[in-house]
Amino acid sequence: MTINQSGWKPEMGDGNAPAGTTFTGNRGLMLEEALIFEIGDSHTTGVDLDAAPAIASRLSGLERNREIGLPGLSEPETVRHYTRLSRQNYAIDLGLFPLGSCTMKHNPRLNEKVARMAGFADLHPLQTIDTVQGALGVIHELAHWLTTLTGMPAVAMSPKAGAHGELCGLLAIRSALEARGDARSVILVPESAHGTNPATAAFCGYAVENIPATAEGRVDLAALKARLGPDVAAVMITNPNTCGLFERDMKAIADAVHDAGALVYCDGANFNAIVGRVRPGDLGVDAMHINLHKTFSTPHGGGGPGAGPVVFSEALAPYAPLPIVEKAEDGYHLVEEETAGEHHADSFGRMVAFHGQMGMFTRALAYILSHGADGLRQVSEDAVLNANYVLRSLEDVLDAPFGPSGPCMHEALFSDDGLADGFTTLDVAKGLIDEGYHPMTMYFPLVVHGAMLVEPTETESKAALDQFIGALRSVAERAKAGDEALKSAPHFAPRRRLDETAAARKPVLVWKAPEVAEAAE
Amino acid sequence: MRYLPLTNEDRSAMLARIGAASIDDLFVDVPESARLSGPVAGLPNHATELAVERHMGALAKRNLSAGEAPFFLGCGAYRHHVPASVDHLIQRGEFLTAYTPYQPEIAQGTLQMLFEFQTQVARLYGCDVANASMYDGSTACWEAIVMARRVTRRNKAVLSAGLHPHYVSVAQTMARFTGDVLETALPTLEATTDAARLLDAIDGETSCVVVQYPDILGRIGDLSEIAARAHEKGALLIAVVTEPVALGALRAPGEMGADIVVGEGQGIGVGLQFGGPYVGLFACKERFVRQMPGRLCGETVDAEGKRGFVLTLSTREQHIRREKATSNICTNSGLCALAFSIHMTLLGEKGLRDLAMLNHGLAVKAADRLAKVPGVALINDGFFNEFTLDLGREARPVVRSLADRGILAGVSLGRLYPGVAALERGLVVAVTETSTAEDVEALAAGLEEALA
Amino acid sequence: MSRYFTEDHEWVDVDGEIGTVGITDYAQSQLGDIVFVEVPAEGKQLAKGDDAAVVESVKAASDVYSPVSGTVVEGNADLADDPALVNGSAEEDGWFFKLTLSDPSELEGLMDEAAYAAFVAKL
Repeated sequence: MTINQSGWKPEMGDGNAPAGTTFTGNRGLMLEEALIFEIGDSHTTGVDLDAAPAIASRLSGLERNREIGLPGLSEPETVRHYTRLSRQNYAIDLGLFPLGSCTMKHNPRLNEKVARMAGFADLHPLQTIDTVQGALGVIHELAHWLTTLTGMPAVAMSPKAGAHGELCGLLAIRSALEARGDARSVILVPESAHGTNPATAAFCGYAVENIPATAEGRVDLAALKARLGPDVAAVMITNPNTCGLFERDMKAIADAVHDAGALVYCDGANFNAIVGRVRPGDLGVDAMHINLHKTFSTPHGGGGPGAGPVVFSEALAPYAPLPIVEKAEDGYHLVEEETAGEHHADSFGRMVAFHGQMGMFTRALAYILSHGADGLRQVSEDAVLNANYVLRSLEDVLDAPFGPSGPCMHEALFSDDGLADGFTTLDVAKGLIDEGYHPMTMYFPLVVHGAMLVEPTETESKAALDQFIGALRSVAERAKAGDEALKSAPHFAPRRRLDETAAARKPVLVWKAPEVAEAAE
Repeated sequence: MRYLPLTNEDRSAMLARIGAASIDDLFVDVPESARLSGPVAGLPNHATELAVERHMGALAKRNLSAGEAPFFLGCGAYRHHVPASVDHLIQRGEFLTAYTPYQPEIAQGTLQMLFEFQTQVARLYGCDVANASMYDGSTACWEAIVMARRVTRRNKAVLSAGLHPHYVSVAQTMARFTGDVLETALPTLEATTDAARLLDAIDGETSCVVVQYPDILGRIGDLSEIAARAHEKGALLIAVVTEPVALGALRAPGEMGADIVVGEGQGIGVGLQFGGPYVGLFACKERFVRQMPGRLCGETVDAEGKRGFVLTLSTREQHIRREKATSNICTNSGLCALAFSIHMTLLGEKGLRDLAMLNHGLAVKAADRLAKVPGVALINDGFFNEFTLDLGREARPVVRSLADRGILAGVSLGRLYPGVAALERGLVVAVTETSTAEDVEALAAGLEEALA
Repeated sequence: MSRYFTEDHEWVDVDGEIGTVGITDYAQSQLGDIVFVEVPAEGKQLAKGDDAAVVESVKAASDVYSPVSGTVVEGNADLADDPALVNGSAEEDGWFFKLTLSDPSELEGLMDEAAYAAFVAKL
């Protein structure tokens, strides 16, 4: 026979992981990555450029005369740096992302491809109108879909995100009230509202007052009616609300608000629950923003960009901001300050430079066309079905404060009631991280103690939901049994719990070279 | 439908578990009258991927994209070459399909990137600290004015005539509702900025003075004197930078005394995209940090003592402070900030400086060439990669006729300041590394013909 | 010197016409680790119930109301560098501000230590 010369004889070992650390700090595929300031330097660059022509500089004597302090990396080092960083993130592409109120659904890659077509991506916002007819066509077509799906006559396309859309809606409301000589000063907001609602109202100069919720998690209509009066400009309602419930009395609320001379703003963050099945225009809404990055699946990108078009009722349509895309016989027109006087004289003006989030419009339009009217109806059905499936599959192990109120819409709400003494929602969330999930939204809405808000979305299969339900059940049971290991979870993520107190007490917001940082101590 | 994984069997089984007879039972809280019985009328049904791509492709073809023509537009949005690796990296699903990093243990990729981004922006602007991004330059500019109001407890802002007219317009829209007072002026077709007017206008009631650098006509003014006057009167200097590449060649506003520096980051990494999404940059002096809007990422350690990053100082923000928040902003421009940061890392100090000098050199050559066209005069003494030409006649029809001939000549001031006769002859021309000598010749020839 | 308490969990020690104001130990325990405190500037006029100071933990911000009317004579400067003083010594070193009382009769509506303890026990 011939001898096994390589000496390669696979062995399994005893299966016990060693304690202690590795030389690199890495753990197999869990890779640590230094900061660019520690691995790059000011002489390295990852781009090749043509040589600059020899000229006498004309920089008005303001040439840079100091180092900026920007480290460079070669291209392979750059690709590796960001690829390694990316692996420390959870994402929808990796698994179910049940963050309530955030609608983390699958992001189709067709939409990415479409947004990158040169005819959209390589277009300057101030090109002459004749050279951008297709881009204006996209805006116009998307606007048509949004108004049709909401049953509202007009839409403002330029707001940059949900909160910016809220601002747009409130400015239109204020304009309408001022136009009738009835400036009012107060905005009413339910206790369960997103923080952006009161913040937006204050940002445009209104006082904010809370309206209480009923025991079943809905707006207290009687309390609302009691507060309405000549000083109330508008009521901001989220529907479905942040407890995951449809505001049954929406029409009655709208009627009461209108009778009091005020207007109804609807936070459309939760439109995914009703898209294709219910039109907010049929419920008496005057303005509603639509988060294209939620319902219409433009990617969240780790915190944006978003887009927040706002649909308007007849009462508010004349006050919509500039610019506005209109279709005429000779093509699409862009109504800006110059021509607004002709038939948009009441517009409250411009909210952003240029025309809004074109890159989000192309993606959202591709998403909408892909689904069509029938597919979007299926979206809300499946989103609601999935959320109810989660709710009813877990309410025996987790407290569901509004479970008895009836079916939920697109998200299921649980509380920390029933967890062992000293165990919190935070522990459940961190335990889910060890199970390989991004946690649900925690401690929101504020009306429920230790809230856990689960929004599975429609793009999860039953098998994915069953596994998630099993994982959350397991973690919940551990929290009820007082499993101490949960208090220090996560154990298997790239980082353990982070010291947020230290971060806030002595904020370190930019990198400083160690010697500089020390000298500053 | 290809994005919806549930089968009808799944749906039946799930309804059974829920204890509902049908999907309609789950919508029982919606008033009957508001429930649609079928798909929304007036819209087509679902479409194949191929059909959607075909439809969108047809719309894309109805545009003249910048790469297809000699191209010279700027005025707040700049065409730079974005390295292929930038777009590849931002499409990694772990970046693209992540949420705001609320759970830091599984979001260190986004958080470390934001910490690096904040540092890059602070250094570029010559400031102590920067935030994790705003929507765009125009909204960042208004937020800076609001922040100056909070810091100084005054509400009169003096805006330079050289501030982008859309930025002015955004501020005017907001100020009408907030009661802030804005002192504005129109630019004039001359080489000097309105620094003298600003020095005069700053008084004991002024919260801030807002100066664009370089300004809308491409002019570059020293900010030091304005900063000194503002500080003497208890006001803040806000500098606005719409072209980040310029700061590879020019002194940083923070070095000249600016208290808050904001701007548009689009020129690095983001691309034109017909105006959005872009990325607002926001930096300031350290002592104002608690008055900043937007998210901030900070360094800390985890339970094992390992360095890590978290969102911090969140009590400034809407989700905690609600009506007392420093701003209502929530979603910002995270992915564009990532693109900016990757491109800046590829460039590094050397690449940014080289790129800036390449832009400047090409712009100087182009300005000299175009000024030789009969009837054309160069307005600027100084400029970075953008300058204003006086065409001797209304520029807007000239730009339109050149577009008809496949040349995207620049931005006419008539487009930005409609109805202002004193500006209608102005054409703002931006020249970047993407403009070739042939492009400049084509523009010169086109102008010569159009003005003949 | 006597100490009074409010239902909003402020305490005030009164020594002559000077009152020293802070938040109670119970309040700091509910907030968790304090990361930032903003105290009023000297000379600020406060009416009873006015927002007087802000106390922040990582995930919450709370306004501190003035338990009585008066003029601020001093804010606790130590809290800027060491907000954790409020956690460690809420009712001693972690005081927020001192003021001259403009209407000592306002003290009559406040609780004494025993009444506050009973109030907290019911929460």
